Amino acid sequence: MQAEIAVLRFGLGAKPGDLAAATAEPRAWLLSQIKGPVPLAVNSPLAPSDQIFAGLVAARDERQKMKQASATESPDAKVAFNAIREAYQPHYRAQVLARAQSAALTMRPFAERLVHFWSNHFAVSADKGVVCGLAGSLENEAIRPHVTGRFVDLLTAVEQHPAMIAFLDNQYSVGADSTAARFASRFASRSNSDDTGKPKRQFGINENLAREILELHTLGVNGGYHQADVTSFAQIITGWSIGGGKGRLAGGVPGRFYFRDNLHEPGPKVFLGKTYTEQGQRQGEAVLADLARRPETANFIATKLVRHFIADDPPPAAVDRVARAFLKSGGDLPQVYAALIESPESWDVNARKFKTPEDFVFSTLRALNVSPAQPEEVIRSFDLLGQRQYTPGSPAGWPDTSKSWDGSDALMHRVLWASRVGARYESGVEPTDLAAASLGAYARPETLTALRRAATSAQAVALLLMSPEFQRR
Amino acid sequence: MPRPSPMNSSRRRFLIGAGALAASATIPNALFAYTGGSSRLVVVILRGALDGLAAVPPYGDPDYAGLHRELAIAAPGAPDGALALNNTFGLHPSLSFLHERFSAGELVVFDAVASPYRDRSHFDGQNVLENGLAKPIGTADGWLNRALAALPRGGGPAGGRGGDRAVAISQNVPLILRGEAAVISKSPQATPDVDEDLLARLADLYSKDDWFSARLSDAVQTEKMADGAADVSGMSKQTAGAGAGYPNRVAAVARMASELMRSDGGPEIAVIEASGWDTHANQGGAKGILATRLAGLDQGLKSLADGLGPLWPKTAVLVVTEFGRTAAVNGTRGTDHGTGGCAFLVGGAVRGGQVIADWPSLRRTALLDNRDLRPTLDLRSVFKAVLDEHMHVAAKPIANRVFPDSSGARPLQGLIRA
Repeated sequence: MQAEIAVLRFGLGAKPGDLAAATAEPRAWLLSQIKGPVPLAVNSPLAPSDQIFAGLVAARDERQKMKQASATESPDAKVAFNAIREAYQPHYRAQVLARAQSAALTMRPFAERLVHFWSNHFAVSADKGVVCGLAGSLENEAIRPHVTGRFVDLLTAVEQHPAMIAFLDNQYSVGADSTAARFASRFASRSNSDDTGKPKRQFGINENLAREILELHTLGVNGGYHQADVTSFAQIITGWSIGGGKGRLAGGVPGRFYFRDNLHEPGPKVFLGKTYTEQGQRQGEAVLADLARRPETANFIATKLVRHFIADDPPPAAVDRVARAFLKSGGDLPQVYAALIESPESWDVNARKFKTPEDFVFSTLRALNVSPAQPEEVIRSFDLLGQRQYTPGSPAGWPDTSKSWDGSDALMHRVLWASRVGARYESGVEPTDLAAASLGAYARPETLTALRRAATSAQAVALLLMSPEFQRR
Repeated sequence: MPRPSPMNSSRRRFLIGAGALAASATIPNALFAYTGGSSRLVVVILRGALDGLAAVPPYGDPDYAGLHRELAIAAPGAPDGALALNNTFGLHPSLSFLHERFSAGELVVFDAVASPYRDRSHFDGQNVLENGLAKPIGTADGWLNRALAALPRGGGPAGGRGGDRAVAISQNVPLILRGEAAVISKSPQATPDVDEDLLARLADLYSKDDWFSARLSDAVQTEKMADGAADVSGMSKQTAGAGAGYPNRVAAVARMASELMRSDGGPEIAVIEASGWDTHANQGGAKGILATRLAGLDQGLKSLADGLGPLWPKTAVLVVTEFGRTAAVNGTRGTDHGTGGCAFLVGGAVRGGQVIADWPSLRRTALLDNRDLRPTLDLRSVFKAVLDEHMHVAAKPIANRVFPDSSGARPLQGLIRA
């Protein structure tokens, strides 16, 4: 069963030939995949995030102009709104398609699953306006290059990606003592509103990004920090922003990470009992570097990895082994992954995870040896199954336990999807051969019997996809 | 620990397997005729932490306007002002349906209320809201599921056949409803053309796997219930609850809940979730992002009331969120994670027209950690009162099983009409 475990649990499900390739040396098959960056497995011309961002800003400016030109909502305003959607929707669609194609075709499915894991760990949600076209960019630009590198580099790349900055509202977080705030207060009139009657903006921090870095990206919620640390860290990363802007806010390359010194709260700051005296951007980077080597971080990351790869209730021995590898290697991720592979708990045939909709769709594509051609196929599938790509809604990402996915209604949606897939992809392969290639020794005799007795080959495909052994990994 | 009820086990046994599935389809609905009489409960969970100081503006507090600044709602009577509740509190102008219910004596507003959770993580905060403990971890089941095991039998629509008594209006079941007692889930997204023959074969294929067979039989049964509901409401199956024509997602979900609850043998309890309340930036005041969300919630509650129709007089709807938000505006015209907030109890069964708030005031010195509205009421006191007065759950299971270690949170009284 070791090849099945390597391919089904650690990978994304078996394509024809995968099980055979992993049979001789399942561990070596996995280890060979975690060397070097993990680019998309398809050659997909995706626009870089700065270009997407610039397009969005231009469309917004255009709408603003139209709004000012006509006092009421005119047909032009609707055109302008559509222009904004047009500025990000095609990028979202292209990213979702490329992701599914890569999952369907990659020869490094373990590395690809790790990309998905980190993308969910560092979740942004495309249902928040500006993030819509950038969620895939974060995965492709910040995660893929660092997924087999050091955790600190991955962490820093993610927290400085415009998608994360925008998702957690850090771009306009301002230190109360920053140059910009002092300038504004010196020239402010005594009145409480500006000349348009709008209340004056009060300069201050927004603690969203700081809190989620601590709670969700590094230490974990019980990681020993307090509200004062959250506030202090938020001040430390004031100025971490996105280039572009107008007037006094102009600066940097539009759509790229840009440190705005004039928004940064100056001076040394105390965080988790240590005083940081670095200047500007380096202060936040120093904190990230320290966070990346703390035992709480090692334990939090290890727990999430073990939950993802082994069991909903992570076996403590495996967590401990992975956390120790994290600490000992200074967060060298390939060594962390190797510790996971070396944990005996990983190879327990009884520990099986119920697939998320994402697991289900990608493993189906691989089992049927097909790759989607149109984004709509992918988008409709995930809408139906309740896991619209890049939209976990919250910065905690999608839940990673079966209890969050095993509702009866969810199962009925899977049945519906499987029956549509069966009707669409009549492969011409004998259903029992399909079962052998995609499930190997996991295929149960009663499933094979059901496949042989199926009324049509489409129904046989649906039965295979909905069999308990295919629904678990 | 709650135990699976014998009725649920027998129903599962009855439905497992292709033969049983076919048999269940031929039993006339009349056998399950609704007998009427029991209370209905809907719990609406607002995920992301609703700003209670915007939803229930304490316009009479002298520090309110200065702290909440451009996000503050003006006093009643002013342009875009609050809808008055009393001399201190109002409702956000987007909450016109709720205000109407207040005037009709069907809404209780709770303020300065919070779960026992005192840190500021959404996810732990939601865990505490749903697990019924004083801490985020310690149990894998939800308080409403534990309450199901203690719900009196008989008289209710499900009492005659031991069917599932609670539904989550989503594909999957949120923590509050997870646990030993069987519950169903049903999202507004219809599953119109699942082939009966395929379902029968799957039931056969799952016969040795309890986990899958239980879910499949639940799903098939819920589909039938939804079909029945669609027949009653005159909608085709494709459009029933599908969300078409509803102004927002909350309304679509609320509509689905009301259809299921009105169907023969439908559940007595429903859980609805709505997200999008985490307003860290550009929250807006009487208009803006939060105002739009609140209007959606208000319309959703109205859809629920309209949909429940004759059941509304027996209904209580509990609207809760994981915690409140900071009293002061942050640097990005929004609010950060706080503590004390608001909650609503609305419905025909509710003894409304009251604001329950032991108001600590928004003076600097009164704020929790110098930033949050200080909670003076434990949400569990509200939950307990609803389970006791409305759902007639006995005091002992409430205190021992549903909310262990909650002796400090005594149930409120007089929330439900006699």
